[in-house]
Amino acid sequence: MATTVIPIPLPALPEGWAAEKDFKPIGKLTEATQRTLEPVGPHFLAHARRARHKRTFSEDDRIQAQERAKKVEDDNESEISEPEDSMMLQRDAKDWKSQDHYKVLGLSKYRWKATEEQIKKAHRKKVLKHHPDKKAAAGRVDDDNFFKCIQKATEVLLDPTKRRQFDSVDEEADVEPPTKKQLAKGNFYKLWGSVFKSEARFSKVHPVPTFGDDKSTKEEVENFYNFWYNFDSWRSFEYLDEDVPDDNENRDQKRHMERKNANARKKKKAEDNARLRKLLDDCSAGDERIKRFRQEANAAKNKKRLEREAAEKKAAEDAAAAKEAAEKAAKEAEEKAKQDRDASKKAKEAAKNAVKKNKRVLRGSVKDANYFVEGDASASVIDAVLGDVELVQAKIDADEIAELAGKLNGLKVADEIKGVWKAEVERLVGAGKIKEGEIKALNA
Amino acid sequence: MSESVAQAGTAPEDRTVIGITFGNSNSSIAFTVDDKAEVIANEDGDRQIPTILSYVDGDEYYGQQAKAFLVRNPKNTVAYFRDFLGKDFKSIDPTHNHASAHPQDVDGVVSFTVKDKDDKKDEEGEVIEEVAASTLSVHEVATRYLRRLVGSASDYLGKKVTSAVITVPTNFNDKQKEALIAAANAAGIEVLQLISEPVAAVLAYDARPEAEVEDKIVVVAELGGTRSDVAVVASRGGMYTILATAHDYEFAGVALDKVLMDHFAKEFLKRNSSAADPRENAKSLAKLRLEAEATKKALSIGANASFSVESLSDGIDFASTINRLRYETIARSVLEGFNRLVESVVKKAGLDVLDVDEVILSGGTSHTPRIAQNLSNIFPSSTRLLAPSTNPSAINPSELQARGAALQASLIQEYDAADIDQSTHAAVTTVSHIANAIGVVSVNEAGEETFIPIVYPETAVPARRTVHIAAPKAGGDVLVKVVEGNTHIKVTKPEPKVKEEVSKSATVEDADDENEDDSDFSDDEEEEEEKREKVWKIGSTLAEAAIRGVKKGGKVEVTVNVHADLSVIVTTREVGAKGGVRGQL
Repeated sequence: MATTVIPIPLPALPEGWAAEKDFKPIGKLTEATQRTLEPVGPHFLAHARRARHKRTFSEDDRIQAQERAKKVEDDNESEISEPEDSMMLQRDAKDWKSQDHYKVLGLSKYRWKATEEQIKKAHRKKVLKHHPDKKAAAGRVDDDNFFKCIQKATEVLLDPTKRRQFDSVDEEADVEPPTKKQLAKGNFYKLWGSVFKSEARFSKVHPVPTFGDDKSTKEEVENFYNFWYNFDSWRSFEYLDEDVPDDNENRDQKRHMERKNANARKKKKAEDNARLRKLLDDCSAGDERIKRFRQEANAAKNKKRLEREAAEKKAAEDAAAAKEAAEKAAKEAEEKAKQDRDASKKAKEAAKNAVKKNKRVLRGSVKDANYFVEGDASASVIDAVLGDVELVQAKIDADEIAELAGKLNGLKVADEIKGVWKAEVERLVGAGKIKEGEIKALNA
Repeated sequence: MSESVAQAGTAPEDRTVIGITFGNSNSSIAFTVDDKAEVIANEDGDRQIPTILSYVDGDEYYGQQAKAFLVRNPKNTVAYFRDFLGKDFKSIDPTHNHASAHPQDVDGVVSFTVKDKDDKKDEEGEVIEEVAASTLSVHEVATRYLRRLVGSASDYLGKKVTSAVITVPTNFNDKQKEALIAAANAAGIEVLQLISEPVAAVLAYDARPEAEVEDKIVVVAELGGTRSDVAVVASRGGMYTILATAHDYEFAGVALDKVLMDHFAKEFLKRNSSAADPRENAKSLAKLRLEAEATKKALSIGANASFSVESLSDGIDFASTINRLRYETIARSVLEGFNRLVESVVKKAGLDVLDVDEVILSGGTSHTPRIAQNLSNIFPSSTRLLAPSTNPSAINPSELQARGAALQASLIQEYDAADIDQSTHAAVTTVSHIANAIGVVSVNEAGEETFIPIVYPETAVPARRTVHIAAPKAGGDVLVKVVEGNTHIKVTKPEPKVKEEVSKSATVEDADDENEDDSDFSDDEEEEEEKREKVWKIGSTLAEAAIRGVKKGGKVEVTVNVHADLSVIVTTREVGAKGGVRGQL
C-alpha cells in the first residue's frame, strides 16, 4: 500500500539520550484478538500465499517480482519465427485473395488458433524486417510488394469478420479424413479425433464435445454424434466471391454478379454441410464403439428376452408338474377309495360269513342239545326250536350273534346250552325286543 | 450438450467463471471483462432477477415472468425459498410464502408442492389424464433456479459456464452452505468459493481502478427485500475482517411495500366505499403488492410516482399517484428502523460512528433516497456514504454483490480446487488481529505530543506498514518513539459562554417578535449540539530509536513489521539516506 506522508514533525532527540545502536526496546505488544479473515480479494490471496509458503513480506515481494520478470521474458521468447519462403516474398500484393495470410505473418503454426495479440506482434516483427524504408536503405528502392502483402494479411486477420471469412476457406487448417489404409493401421480414435478437432473451429457453440477414445461411455459417444449431426457452423464462403465490378456503369451486370455470388455461397454452404454429414457417416460407420454399444444393447435386450422365455418355460413346467401331481393325488385317492370299498366289501362278506357261521353254531348248539329234549326229537319240536332260534337271530344283530355264538361254542351239555339260550331270551325280553311268550321252545 | 458433465474439479484452464448472488428476493449474475465486473442481463433484460420459479402448463418460468404469475398462478409459483436451504422445517419462517406455494414438511425437509408437468391432453386440448402435482424439496427448487440462472449467463457469454463464486449472508451456517453447494453442483456448476455478501460489496468498491488500498472501517448495510443485514468490516491493507453483524427481518423492502399497499388500499376504499377491501382477496392483494413494489422503485428515482391496477377489487380499476414526501412520511417508522439497525451494529463492534470511514449501501432497498439521507445524519461528514442518492460515483447497490463475486471468481479461477481449499482453510484465515494501534509520537504546532498511527487496531498480522514523517524544521537528531495507541471519543460540551450570549440576545429580542422564532431555533441547536471528536491517546511505549543528523526539511521513514508471533521489527531511516536503525521487540 502507498506510503502515507505525515506533516507533523517528530520530536528532537532529548539531550543525553543514548542506546546501543541507537535503538532501545522497551515494551511488548498487548495481547491480540484472534479473528477470522474473509478469504476474499487480491490482498488476501497474497496473504494466503505468504502464509502457505511461510514467506515474509520482503521474500514474497522478491519472488513475485522475479515471477513477473520471468513472464516478460517468456513473452519475448514465445515469438516464434518461421523461415520465409522465397516464393512467398515474390508475391504480388494484388493477388491477396490467394495468399496465405498466416504464412505471410509467420503464424502458419497457429492459424485459426492465433490470438489477436500474436497477430499484432507478428505483424510488428514483419514490418520491422520488411519495411520499404529498410529495403531502400539496402539499395532496393520501391520494393514494397511484400510489405503490402503483410499489411493486407494484418488487415484481414485483425478484422473479426474478415478473419472468419478467411478461416472459413483456409484449407491449410483442414485435416483430411483418414483413408482406409491409414485406419487399417489402427489409431482410429486419434485420426478421427484430429479431424473433428479441426472441424470444431467452425462451431458457434463451445465447448465442442471431443471424439473421445475406446473408453468413452455410451452417453459421451451419443452426445458427440448428436452434437455433430446438429452442427451449427459459422463457416461461410464470401471469401471465394468473384469480384463485383464497383463502377456505376453496368448495374445489371453488378446485380447479376451479386446474385451469382450469393448462389455460389449457398451452394458451397450446402456442399460443406453435405461434406460434414458424409464425414460423420463415414466415421460412425467405422466406429467400433457404436457397434459395441449396439451389441451391448442387443445383448441386454436378448438377455431380457431370454430371461422372460426362461421364466415362461419354468412357469409352464411348474404348471405341468403341479397338474401331474394333482392327477397323481386324485388317482391315488381313487385307488384308495376302491381299496377301501373292496376291503369293506370283504369285511361285509366276512361278517356275513361269520354271521352265517355263528348262526350255524346257534343252530348247531340246539342240535347238540338235542333240541332240549330227551331221546329223539320230534319234527315239530325241532321246528319249534329252530323257529325260535331263527326268531332270536332275527332280533339280534351280527355282534350279538357272534357273542352268543362265542358263549355257545364248545358247550356240549344240553342244560348249559339251554341256560345260555334262556339267558339270551330273557335279556331280549328285558330289552323289549321280544315279547314274552313269543319264544317258547327255547324258554321252556 | 450434456448437462451431466462432472463439474467438481473442472481444470482451471477450461473454466468459465461468473459471480452469482443468490438472494432471497432477487438474484444477479456477473462476469468480468478486462478486470472490470459487469452484471449480466438475462433474456428478459433484467439485471435483478426475481428468485422465483413458476410452472404453467408444464412450462417453467423464472425471474420477472414467474413473478407476474404470483397474481394468476400463485399455487404453482415458488418464491422466497433461498433462506430455507439446509434448514429443518421447524426452523423456517414461511411468512413471505403466503402469497405463493406454501412450504411443507416432508420428513423434516422443506418442500413445495407444485404442478410442474402438463396434463395429458388430446388434440382439442381436452384433458385426458390429470398429472398429479409433484413435491419438490427446496434443494430441487434451488437447483432448478440456479440452472436457469447459469443458463442465462451461458447464453449471454456464448460459453458454457462451469464455475462460480456465490455470495451468502454472514449468518449462513455450514449446513446451509453445504446445501447451497450441493444444489449448485446438481445444477452443473462447480462452486469455487462461497463469500460473504458484505465483503463482496466492499470488494466491488475496492476493485475500482481509482480506489486506493487504505486502512478503513466499513459499514456495509445490505437492505434487501425480506431481510436487512448489516456488517462492520475492518479493511486493513486490503484484507477484510468482519467485526460485527446484525440481521433484521422486520426492516426490509417488503415492509416499505406494505406501507404503500396499506396506503393505496385505504385510498381505494375511500373512493369506492361499496367495494371489498382488496387486502382481503388473495388475487387483489397480489396485484396490490406487485404495483406497490413498482411504485416504490419509481419513487426512488423520481419525486412522483403513479399507482394503477386494473380491476383491483370487484372489477374496479384504480389509479392514483403519490409523491416522495408523502411516501417518506407514511413510511417513516420503517425508514427510521434502518438507522437504529446500523447504529446498533456499530455499537456491537465496540466502535463509535466516528470510527467509521465508509458506509456502503447495498441491496435493492438501498435505492430509497431517504435511507441514505437518514444515515448521513448519524455519521460525521468525514464518513463516505456510498449510496446512489448521496454519491454520484456510487455503484448500483443492487449489483454490488454480484460484481464482488465475479471479481473474486476471476481472481481465483486459475487455482486448483485443492489450492482454493487450502487457502481458505481456517489455519490460513484465522490470524491474530492487534488490539491497539501502533504508531509514533510527533509534536504538533501547539507543542503537544500527538499520536501518529502507523498500524491501526484490528489489523491482521503479519502486517507491514511504512510512513514518512517530517523531521523538525531545523533538522538534526530526532527521536522516534514507537508507542501503542488507542482512540477515545472526546465530547466537548458547548461552552456556557455561548449560552450567555444566547440568553443575552434573547432578552434583547424580547421586544422584537420577528426574530424570536429564529433565536429559539438557534438556542435549541446550540444546546443539542455537542462536539464529538475522535482522539488518539498515547499508550504504553514500545521502543525508542534515534536518527542522527537529519537534513533540514528531511523526512524520516518508519516501517513497522508485525510478525505472526506478535514480535515487532521497527526500521527507521532518513528518506533517501542509507543505513538507518533497525530493532526487534
